[in-house]
Amino acid sequence: MTEQLLKIRGLKIEGKSDEVWIPIVNGIDLDLKKGEVLGLIGESGAGKSTVGLAAMGFTRDGCRISGGSVDFDGVDLVTASAAVKRNMLGKRIAYVAQSAAASFNPAHRLIDQHTEAPTQHKLRVKAESELDGMELYRRLRLPDPDYIGFRYPHQVSGGQLQRAMTAMAMSCRPDFIIFDEPTTALDVTTQIEVLAAIRDIVEQLDTAAIYITHDLAVVAQMADRIKVLLRGDEVEEAETRAMLSAPREDYTKSLWAVRSFQRPAKPAISAGATPIVSLKNVSAAYGKSPVLFDVAFDIHAGRTVAVVGESGSGKSTTARCITGLLPPSLGYIEFNGEVLPLDYRKRSKDQLRQVQMIYQMADTALNPRSSIGDIIGRPVQFYSGLTGSAKRKRVEELLAQIELEPGQYIDRLPSELSGGQKQRIGIARALAAEPQFVICDEVTSALDQLVAEGILKLLSQLQDDLGLSYMFITHDLATVRAISDDVVVMKDGRVVEQGLKAEMFQPPHHPYTDLLLSSVPEMDPDWLTNLLNGRGVDNIGDAAVGKM
Amino acid sequence: MSWLLNLILILIATTVVAWVFRFLGQKFTHNKPFFRDMPFVVAFGYVAGLLVLIAAVSYYFRPVEVNGVPSAGVIFFRWAVQGFIGFAIAAYLFRLFGRAVGTAGTRKLFRAMPLTAAFGVLVILLYAIVSIFAGSIAPYGQEEIFANANIVPGGNPMMGGDPNFPLGTDQIGRDIYSRLIYGAQNTVGIAFATTCLAFFVGGSLGFLAAIVGGWLDQILSRAVDVLMAIPALIFALLLMTIASVWSNQLGVDRTIFMVLIIAMIDSTRVYRLSRAVGQNIVVMDYIEAAKLRGEGMGYLIFKEILPNATAPLLAEFGLRFCFVFLTIASLSFLGVGIQPPLADWGTMVKDLSQFINFAAFAPNVATAPLLAAGAIALLTVAVNFVVDWMLHKSSGLKD
Amino acid sequence: MGSIFQIILQRLVLGILTLLIVSVVIFVAVNALPGDFAQAILGQGATEEAVAQIRADLGLDQNYFMRYFSWLANVLTGNLGISFAQMNFASNMGGDQLVGVVEQIAPRFKATMFLAGVTAMFAVPISITLGVLAALYRNSIFDRAVNITTLSSISSPEFFLAYILILVLAVLNPIFPSLSNVYEGMALGEKLNRTMLPALTLTLVVTAHMMRMTRAAIINLLASPYIEMARLKGIKPMRVIVRHALPNALAPIINVIALNLAYLITGVVVVEVVFVYPGIGQLFVDSVKIRDIPVVQACCLIFAAAYILLNLMADILSILSNPRLRHPK
Repeated sequence: MTEQLLKIRGLKIEGKSDEVWIPIVNGIDLDLKKGEVLGLIGESGAGKSTVGLAAMGFTRDGCRISGGSVDFDGVDLVTASAAVKRNMLGKRIAYVAQSAAASFNPAHRLIDQHTEAPTQHKLRVKAESELDGMELYRRLRLPDPDYIGFRYPHQVSGGQLQRAMTAMAMSCRPDFIIFDEPTTALDVTTQIEVLAAIRDIVEQLDTAAIYITHDLAVVAQMADRIKVLLRGDEVEEAETRAMLSAPREDYTKSLWAVRSFQRPAKPAISAGATPIVSLKNVSAAYGKSPVLFDVAFDIHAGRTVAVVGESGSGKSTTARCITGLLPPSLGYIEFNGEVLPLDYRKRSKDQLRQVQMIYQMADTALNPRSSIGDIIGRPVQFYSGLTGSAKRKRVEELLAQIELEPGQYIDRLPSELSGGQKQRIGIARALAAEPQFVICDEVTSALDQLVAEGILKLLSQLQDDLGLSYMFITHDLATVRAISDDVVVMKDGRVVEQGLKAEMFQPPHHPYTDLLLSSVPEMDPDWLTNLLNGRGVDNIGDAAVGKM
Repeated sequence: MSWLLNLILILIATTVVAWVFRFLGQKFTHNKPFFRDMPFVVAFGYVAGLLVLIAAVSYYFRPVEVNGVPSAGVIFFRWAVQGFIGFAIAAYLFRLFGRAVGTAGTRKLFRAMPLTAAFGVLVILLYAIVSIFAGSIAPYGQEEIFANANIVPGGNPMMGGDPNFPLGTDQIGRDIYSRLIYGAQNTVGIAFATTCLAFFVGGSLGFLAAIVGGWLDQILSRAVDVLMAIPALIFALLLMTIASVWSNQLGVDRTIFMVLIIAMIDSTRVYRLSRAVGQNIVVMDYIEAAKLRGEGMGYLIFKEILPNATAPLLAEFGLRFCFVFLTIASLSFLGVGIQPPLADWGTMVKDLSQFINFAAFAPNVATAPLLAAGAIALLTVAVNFVVDWMLHKSSGLKD
Repeated sequence: MGSIFQIILQRLVLGILTLLIVSVVIFVAVNALPGDFAQAILGQGATEEAVAQIRADLGLDQNYFMRYFSWLANVLTGNLGISFAQMNFASNMGGDQLVGVVEQIAPRFKATMFLAGVTAMFAVPISITLGVLAALYRNSIFDRAVNITTLSSISSPEFFLAYILILVLAVLNPIFPSLSNVYEGMALGEKLNRTMLPALTLTLVVTAHMMRMTRAAIINLLASPYIEMARLKGIKPMRVIVRHALPNALAPIINVIALNLAYLITGVVVVEVVFVYPGIGQLFVDSVKIRDIPVVQACCLIFAAAYILLNLMADILSILSNPRLRHPK
């Protein structure tokens, strides 16, 4: 009979905003038994991290627990004294943060920070603790486990640091660990390593865990039970397999269905058709360091080309070459058969109009001091010369096109809008120029899955209505599957593979494409196990060489 | 040495009382978190603070006169405390007024204002009024010389005062009260003009460097680095030396040179800040979007960049004003700033400084130089309080 | 370790270069005087010989470049020229015992260093302790009181604080003398007694600055994720501060101290005038008033050099205490 470890009842947490306390978490119950892994899932603002920290009796500055109880092994952490809590923390409950690079003290070696908790809680002496640390590093499959601990945090890569932090959390053999989005900041290929390591060690040491994430596929791999949160409220809780196959609540169903949107595939391009944008062997450099090498691909009218790659692959740099912000050092770019001037300052107004860009972060993409009407109205005025009521009418048309009520939004400031709404304004601003070609630079990467879904559907609709051509830059393969017609895979500034979407998602592949495709978690609880067995456990290090 | 012994005894006593205080607090409130988690340092702090308060109150109520001799210490202390409390009350009432009267925007502003910022705004407004309407407020001219020199402040004929000259007259025979009022106009006015000039030059160059970048940025920034390598006051004094020779040659007022010199030196700091602010804004995607549209420089600066730079620029204006104001006052105090016969607070402090020596037996006399110096300090403190609040608001720190 | 040496060397070279350029600036400024300035400065009592001496001494017969390099050469060999006042005095009195500017400045410089040293001795420990305490007990009554006090202190002109201190500690309660006429050979105890008031004034100003900067740096540090992580490991608060915060606080605090000691240079001028303390600041102001160019030039150079040196030290020390640079990848 497994004993109950953690019992949270009616937990209420408030946060301070502008001198006023507003509720963040509205009464949540949570149970955790010894040795089990509970996945806590929700979109941003759901309160997952806050609940995770509260399970330790800890709140960040500006937050306070306003009600409920957190019973850990008989002690209520809400009312316990600071001394009692300090005794528990690290020894019986541990925490793994989202950013390992920020959570390690840059002034001390990894092993010294690892041994701190056990020595402080008088569990082991320093020497013993160091040996134990090396053993944990070995189990977590870190390279050079006997020596890596003597490095400083900035000398070690992101994925390795995350595992070192997991080891540090394990150092006192706690009863349970809270994992707060540990792989969100990592590349997809690195993520596999860390997920596998965490899952294995949690099993081996029989530690209970709360795994917080917004990624459904990841939680499917790691958790025994899943609990869904929405804006501080509990939505549903069930065993993993049960919830995946038969979710009960509508919100849960909508979360699961997110990856189902897919545009119907388009036929192959007829030979000899002039592409709308063509990159002819473009190479570029920032000052002395080269970043793009011989990039060549075409984008045809009315189609979406997805440019995929991990960080540092050169996707965004390619976009800057196309728009003329970074003139290529070799090669040139054609628009509708005409050669474009390399530098944007030398292009005509019409040439500038035809190529528009939508940015990833809506916060920096819209001028915070301009009203929505001005943000959209300026390009309208600039390109078509409309002013006064004619301009306003056009702005209202555009707002309707992006599915926002014109009367409601035209005089608002960007700060009053949500992330998804701001991104729609970015789309409207691009449309205001009546372009033929739009570059979407990771436009859904910063959005929650449901909201991202909405944006993708909108973009797809606009392509059908207006005959736009898209270059869609992304690192997320699910997005690629959803909206692209053609795919270009980039790595380290080069094009590794390109072709029709259907072709790309079937073997044979370039080995890098293979790696990318296989690293994307699926909504199948056995996916990770199968992947690891397929690759062979010892080969993981080799497969990810160059990335780790 | 006995004072050292006394000090040690007091420290020991405070330690003991603090420990008892925490212990009793824990017992009687059944271990409420406030007492249970109180570190010893905090308990010590509370008890020490209480002791200081008791000492201050008892000193306040000591007799003002002992056997006909005024106890100057008590008098000054009382003035200081009364001034402090008076200002606090005035600030509170002012804030109350501001919260009730005005447009929706100003009312919201006053609601969010801490007491120190309200005090600051009140003082700034007062100074602005006095410096603009100095001519109408002052009873006499700033250069008017009267036959009765060295009249003591206080207006009490028995002590050497004269009710016609409430703050007395200086050695030459000019009314101190009028000169103080004109001092507001001169010192504050000149400082304000200088700051505006520095801001205009430094700000535009800084933004230009941020937007254009390249060699213009390099040249300007290196030049500014060199100019900032010489401490401001020293550089000002050096240049004022040269300027004073030129001023005699050309017959140009030295004050004009001073304004130009200080504006130049200060514009370097403004350049640094506006360049940094400009650079932060220029990397934003919405600037890139505007550039790609083909927008011209003018539109970029005035419609996209400037509106987003107002908050930090305004705060910097306040800080620069304080710095310029203090530099001018210091230069005048040293005798190389604003020249007589213009009334100026710094010069007044210099001229009246020896009166402080009479403070022990004639406290009224010593007030004159202290008032002039205090007038300088008060405005700078007020501006700093307001700037502090503005910076705190814009940084959005969750305290 | 190679790269860190490179960085420090770079900064050193930059510092020296800056100093050279500053010397050019000072030179140019001085040479922007009108042609017959010698006459103008010495006024009615100027003798033919004095004027000729000045012209020769400043090399006004040579062209600009030659002048600058000969001046620079002189400076580097320790010859800063002869003050005009000296020249006039000597030629009037007919003596030829000319005291060079260097001999004039040296004792003054020592005196100012003594004053700065006493100030630093008080200011540094007090301000760091107060700053750390204020950061730890943020927004408590203590913090707010300290904040208001320091803000008022840095807003007040130095002479205001000086006169208040004179009022309280010299006039009303004669603890210290209000005039600090120290001289060479005075006993240390007496020297300290006379230096105390100017040192206290400077301490008030500098402590306020340092305390605020320290507080800001520590608050910034305490918000770091690794501090939160240390707390979540159950480490005791004192240990969190000593082992986690302090090593990372070294760099910003050292930076703060060095910058404020540089600021001290400017504050010293006014304070020395108020207390009539025989330091280089007072000499500078007096020379400015009588337009004694060689002395002004020399003092300016010394102030600038000290300022640049302190900023350079701040830069280098903060590089040295940055763990990322000490242990490169």
